[in-house]
Amino acid sequence: MNSLLHDPADNDWTFEKLARFDAAIGRVAAGFGLDTYPNQIEVIRTDQMIDAYASIGMPVGYHHWSFGKHFAAVDARYRKGHMGLAYEIVINSNPCISYLMEDNTLPMQALVIAHACYGHNSFFKGNYLFRTWTDASAIIDYLVFARGYIAQCEERHGVAAVESILDACHALMNYGVDRYKRPYPISAEEERRRQREREEYIQRNLNDLWRTLPKAQALDGREERCFPEEPQENLLYFIEKHAPLLESWQREIVRIVRKLAQYFYPQRQTQLMNEGWATFWHYTLLNQLYDEGLVSDGFMLEVLNSHTGVVAQPAFDSPYYSGINPYALGFAMFRDLRRICEQPTDEDREWFPEIAGSHWRETLQWAMRDFKDESFVLQFLSPRVMREFRLFAVADDDREKSVEIAAIHDNRGYRALRESLARQYNLGEREPDIQVARVDMKGDRSLALHYRQHHRRPLGDTTRSVMSHLHRLWGFPVHLDIVKADGTVERGWSTAA
Amino acid sequence: MTYVIDRRLNTKKKSEVNRQRFLERHRKHIQRAVQEAVDRRSITDMERGEQVTIPAPDVSEPVFQHGAGGERTIVHPGNKEYIAGDRVPKPEGGGQGGGGGKASNDGEGDDAFAFELTQDEFLGYLFEGLELPNLAKQRLRGDSTFRTVHAGYSTDGTPAKLSVLRSMRVAKGRRIALSATSRRRLREIAVALEAAEQSADEVSRRRLLAEQEKLERRVRRVPFLDTTDLRYNLHVKQPQPTSQAVMFCLMDVSGSMDQQIKDMAKRFYLLLYMFLKRNYEKTEVVFIRHHTVAREVDEQEFFYSRETGGTVVSSALRLMADVVTERYPPAEWNIYAAQASDGDNWNDDSPLCGRLLRESLLPLVQYFTYVEISRREHQSLWHEYESVSREQPGVFAMRQIREAGDIYPVFHELFSKDVRQAS
Repeated sequence: MNSLLHDPADNDWTFEKLARFDAAIGRVAAGFGLDTYPNQIEVIRTDQMIDAYASIGMPVGYHHWSFGKHFAAVDARYRKGHMGLAYEIVINSNPCISYLMEDNTLPMQALVIAHACYGHNSFFKGNYLFRTWTDASAIIDYLVFARGYIAQCEERHGVAAVESILDACHALMNYGVDRYKRPYPISAEEERRRQREREEYIQRNLNDLWRTLPKAQALDGREERCFPEEPQENLLYFIEKHAPLLESWQREIVRIVRKLAQYFYPQRQTQLMNEGWATFWHYTLLNQLYDEGLVSDGFMLEVLNSHTGVVAQPAFDSPYYSGINPYALGFAMFRDLRRICEQPTDEDREWFPEIAGSHWRETLQWAMRDFKDESFVLQFLSPRVMREFRLFAVADDDREKSVEIAAIHDNRGYRALRESLARQYNLGEREPDIQVARVDMKGDRSLALHYRQHHRRPLGDTTRSVMSHLHRLWGFPVHLDIVKADGTVERGWSTAA
Repeated sequence: MTYVIDRRLNTKKKSEVNRQRFLERHRKHIQRAVQEAVDRRSITDMERGEQVTIPAPDVSEPVFQHGAGGERTIVHPGNKEYIAGDRVPKPEGGGQGGGGGKASNDGEGDDAFAFELTQDEFLGYLFEGLELPNLAKQRLRGDSTFRTVHAGYSTDGTPAKLSVLRSMRVAKGRRIALSATSRRRLREIAVALEAAEQSADEVSRRRLLAEQEKLERRVRRVPFLDTTDLRYNLHVKQPQPTSQAVMFCLMDVSGSMDQQIKDMAKRFYLLLYMFLKRNYEKTEVVFIRHHTVAREVDEQEFFYSRETGGTVVSSALRLMADVVTERYPPAEWNIYAAQASDGDNWNDDSPLCGRLLRESLLPLVQYFTYVEISRREHQSLWHEYESVSREQPGVFAMRQIREAGDIYPVFHELFSKDVRQAS
């Protein structure tokens, strides 16, 4: 029997205890084969936590009113008791920064360390999206560069001018990512070195594109060059490179927002997996400590109490229901995956012939590394989990008076249910598919976007305001056309010249 | 490898810039909320924050998103009785799908954005664009406060004020200066000794060793710390100019002034008081009430006791002039006066009031404001004051208050930078 890591009568944490627990949890995590960045644990106050919320978890942020707004909103709701704060926020950086709130008890801090410093941390380091899209060791430097650069612009061009560019860029932030191209990792040093060069280069290139004098060849009636030759999905990139009227500093700001969008892109696609993975590991790691006799019964009870709260899934008709809880479903899926490996049933052998009975740690590592939410659900959501959650799919067609139950958790419904849920996690499905189609080079220089409509879904009321932001960046009229499923095109929105 | 860092001591101001940007952007809404708060609030709780609500479109950060409609399939948990193929009527409000009451997860709902202004911000907006007229006098007075300021270093002082850093620096400089020649020679000797050893020149080696020993003794004799090195922090007391203001509240308490009018007057006084307090380190208030005779009273009595009888305004003006000469020499005090009345006065008294103001009061004060809280026709006092105000627009100002909602706008007008500069 090992001796306890803590005094069962004393629930308060100290820095010394944090270090002891971190060492113990780290040892157990390494035993399970979790590969992590070094950890940097920062203990913070409540208002600092609210601040971290407001700045979407960026430890160093440039100044913008929207962060102030989020702070005020979270602050007001927190004060009124409308919401509790997360116990922890963790940043995909190297070293991996985790914020712990000072008013957590010792068992809570241990839970958070297991969850963030070993769960999320190993996910950041392992998952292919994070490996492809983000450079954990460069992000802090880049944020510092971004803040410095934007502050400089504010000094030179005024806060209002910078703010209006940032507003417009934020509106298009979700369209600042190359979905199908592999990006270059961002690096602050390189940014700084090449920023000047880039400014000149872009301006030169632009002039070429917008040359006012027609070239001699153009006169001989050959087919006109269509620009862009291919539709462009990355609106911010297109604006950064081709918007005719932007000044160099404005382009640089567009680029900064684009780079941040790229940094956050993997997080938006792996919420279910990331939270499920971290929850699975805090549960597994702390249970391991308990099995080794390192923590007391009372300690474990408090951990389990919090854990149960985190993975609660209210039913669709509950007043607390607000969609599927990613912690709950993710945790259930990873746990079920381990079960399928360790104690497969006949059903599992039929559904998961390759992994039933395999080595559970290797299988889980594979699942964590090579999938995103959409494919993870498609690959690993088992009939058993669907039954546990009593999942059912509802088909809603605005032409009908009633909705149809399309599938439920039975033999006939499993596959359809799984596909529906996977689609729900598909970012391409969640966000309207809007791309740059054409620039009117010879005429009024207007920019035409195409919204490729699926399932007759319209665009929301915010479209008009986003269009005016886009107009501000482009400098000339912007049109948004709707491409119907049958290929017909219909003019949707236009901004005035 | 793990580092644990205590960030709790970091500044609270990290997000302050963002908050100021946000407030600046929505100044219009905030100003309106502040004014409504002034009208609504009880007179005792002006000094706290305020909830501000901004319509959602003004604070929204739009992004491209799907609207309601079209076809979509959504997966929900917690099925109880449905089987595939069931049809369920759409819930009220439509578009939500799935039949579940979707709890809004952002508390306040979508229609408006609400947040709290702090007390400081509230007062800031309350008095924004206002200024105290007629340059404040800053008095240097013998009994006023002193501030101890750092004034360099001195060569003597008490041990408690010893500046260790500075003393060590001086000592080091002295040591370097006093031993430099010897140490340079020592370095030369070291080189020469090596050469002597290699050439086995015993004579010069001995000589060099002897010289080396002598020099080393000399270097050692330079004291590490000498009394001449000691430096002490020097602090001197500087007299601090204190700005001080006294505010005279003059109010008619004759029978015609009912509690409602007095309440309005009190709000006006309160605004003025808070405004002065923000501008001066020391603010005193003198309450003078009058019917046919004037008396200096305390706050409670000023606002809440009732009397009956006629009205002689000049009695209050006289008393104020007396109090000023007695206790508040105009050379040292910034004097503000606010008079509130329902406009009643003995007709014969009004010209006297005008004369008193012109001759004895206005030369003493920074600013004299008169508010008439009344819905009736103006009487002789108003007309008399009007002529005073035409003669001395920078020092005397008057307005009429009809209802509680006028108080803040009137206050704003009386102290607004632009209006007074224009007048």
